[in-house]
Amino acid sequence: MGMTVVEKILARASGRQSVKVGDVVEPRVGLAMSHENAALVINQFQEIFKGTGLEPRIWDPLKIAIIFDHRVPAESPKTASNQKKVREFVASNHIDKFHDIRGDLGGICHQILAENGYVRPGSLVVGTDSHTTSHGALGAFAFGIGATEMASVWSLGSVLNVEVPGTIRVNVNGTFPRFVGPKDLILHLIGKISAEGANFKVIEYHGETIREMSTSGRLVICNMSVEAGATSGIVPADAETVRYLREEADVDETLDIVEPDRDATYERTIDIDVSTLEPQIARPHTVDNVAAINDVIGKKIHQVVIGSCTNGRLEDLAVAARIVKGKRVAKNTRMLVFPASWRIYQEALVRGYITDFVSAGAVVMNPGCGPCLGVHEGALGDGEVALSTTNRNFKGRMGNPNSEVYLCSPAVAAASALAGIITDPRKGDGV
Amino acid sequence: MAKVVLKLGNDVSTDVIYPGRFMATVLPAETPQFAFADLVEFNAKLKAQQIPGGSVIVAEKNFGCGSSREQAVSTLKGHDLVIVAENFARIFLQNAVNLGLRLIEAPGIAASEGDELQLEAETVLNKTTGKSFRISPLPQARQAIIDAGGLVQFTRKRVLSGMKK
Repeated sequence: MGMTVVEKILARASGRQSVKVGDVVEPRVGLAMSHENAALVINQFQEIFKGTGLEPRIWDPLKIAIIFDHRVPAESPKTASNQKKVREFVASNHIDKFHDIRGDLGGICHQILAENGYVRPGSLVVGTDSHTTSHGALGAFAFGIGATEMASVWSLGSVLNVEVPGTIRVNVNGTFPRFVGPKDLILHLIGKISAEGANFKVIEYHGETIREMSTSGRLVICNMSVEAGATSGIVPADAETVRYLREEADVDETLDIVEPDRDATYERTIDIDVSTLEPQIARPHTVDNVAAINDVIGKKIHQVVIGSCTNGRLEDLAVAARIVKGKRVAKNTRMLVFPASWRIYQEALVRGYITDFVSAGAVVMNPGCGPCLGVHEGALGDGEVALSTTNRNFKGRMGNPNSEVYLCSPAVAAASALAGIITDPRKGDGV
Repeated sequence: MAKVVLKLGNDVSTDVIYPGRFMATVLPAETPQFAFADLVEFNAKLKAQQIPGGSVIVAEKNFGCGSSREQAVSTLKGHDLVIVAENFARIFLQNAVNLGLRLIEAPGIAASEGDELQLEAETVLNKTTGKSFRISPLPQARQAIIDAGGLVQFTRKRVLSGMKK
């Protein structure tokens, strides 16, 4: 019987010829990523070794990546102390894939992994962050785990008792209309299948639209696959994956392209034609509360956020910069921009995007998770409304349970920042 | 007998269970104070220890969706709460198994705050309404971790058995 991409990856990582849905396997891990919550992973890792008479030992320091991004620079003495603890652990355990708070190496974990070539097609990636699903964009099986699970991975190099998930196949065809793109596609899909529509399943993406999509766009759809409950999203690796890893991530080693078998079994197949897709908006307070933009046009907004692991890449900033260039953010509206990495920030500087944003009145923040999860900066006031290119709009997400978050694409966010109300970018004047 | 102390709907996210602004607090001993911090009254009752261990939160579908933050589990475990829901989001479920938070998946569960539930091996009986709901068993792979007392203990055994080889 044929296998899906994830079944093939799990079979190989578990040393088996084949696996089928429901099998319990113990796959070897290719890359194990954590951010600030490495502080908790370290605690649990030391717990595992307690009473064993053994020194806590990491199975392979070369396969661990730690990136500070959630609260950078530290917002509190507590965070700073946790970061210090992690920094000391990194040094004493010789973890080289460490990205501290630095303008040359730093950024959001999911962007850092991609742009530094840490992810290989066909490999298994785990991360103590739910948006680890992002790395399916490079043809890896990547999923989020908790801190204790990561401590177990650090100890053993494998994930214990993984049940082979079923796969949903999504075929995407057609050409995106102007100002409609990957973010609209994934919001549409989540709205269609619901926030739990893919719970415990993998979403495998196919079709001409996906083949023609950049890795940047694929990262958007895989990133947000978890918002439909998916264990992971995955785009089978292809020529674009190879191009990205060679040209943008400086990977020169041989790459292993894993494709699904023609007779692979899918639990469900969904077909989407994007040629008539409209800009999509997720309304408060769930990501699957999706509507076409017409339903919310004119809604007053107080804060626009452009950035994050979802939409903080150069393509996203380019669209937004083109819309705001030479114009002004509306009065009584705040526009915050946070690129996904310092590499992107530097390129945006060179291309003039940063000047375009700042001249328009936007505040450009340092790369990191920023306002997305309401920890650090960009919190909302009581009764305020944010329009954001991030990935979650749960109650309280931006730091205040008495506020609202709408999710959208960079084009909608930028056009709306100029107007101070939710605005259709297709109706702008000459952009 | 266990009392329903909180009734919630669909898609209760980890941002609601343990708001992001408390994420700098990571240790299981310290997280319980922030459980449902934005449900101010419920949080106050928890902190005042007015809610006995073994009390139940009932929810609908997709409980624990969102972030992988393990604090969302340790904060509930710290109050010895039991969660009964139609179903759970994947990472939250796995974290609960790993840390020993008791989750019960009972499709169709109907209960209101104040109801008394009898939690049996295969069913949840709502003593207040007289209705009974079948429990979906956890997959065997997860039950093995629960039986070991959690993932720390499970992995510790593996580390030790690896050493003997």
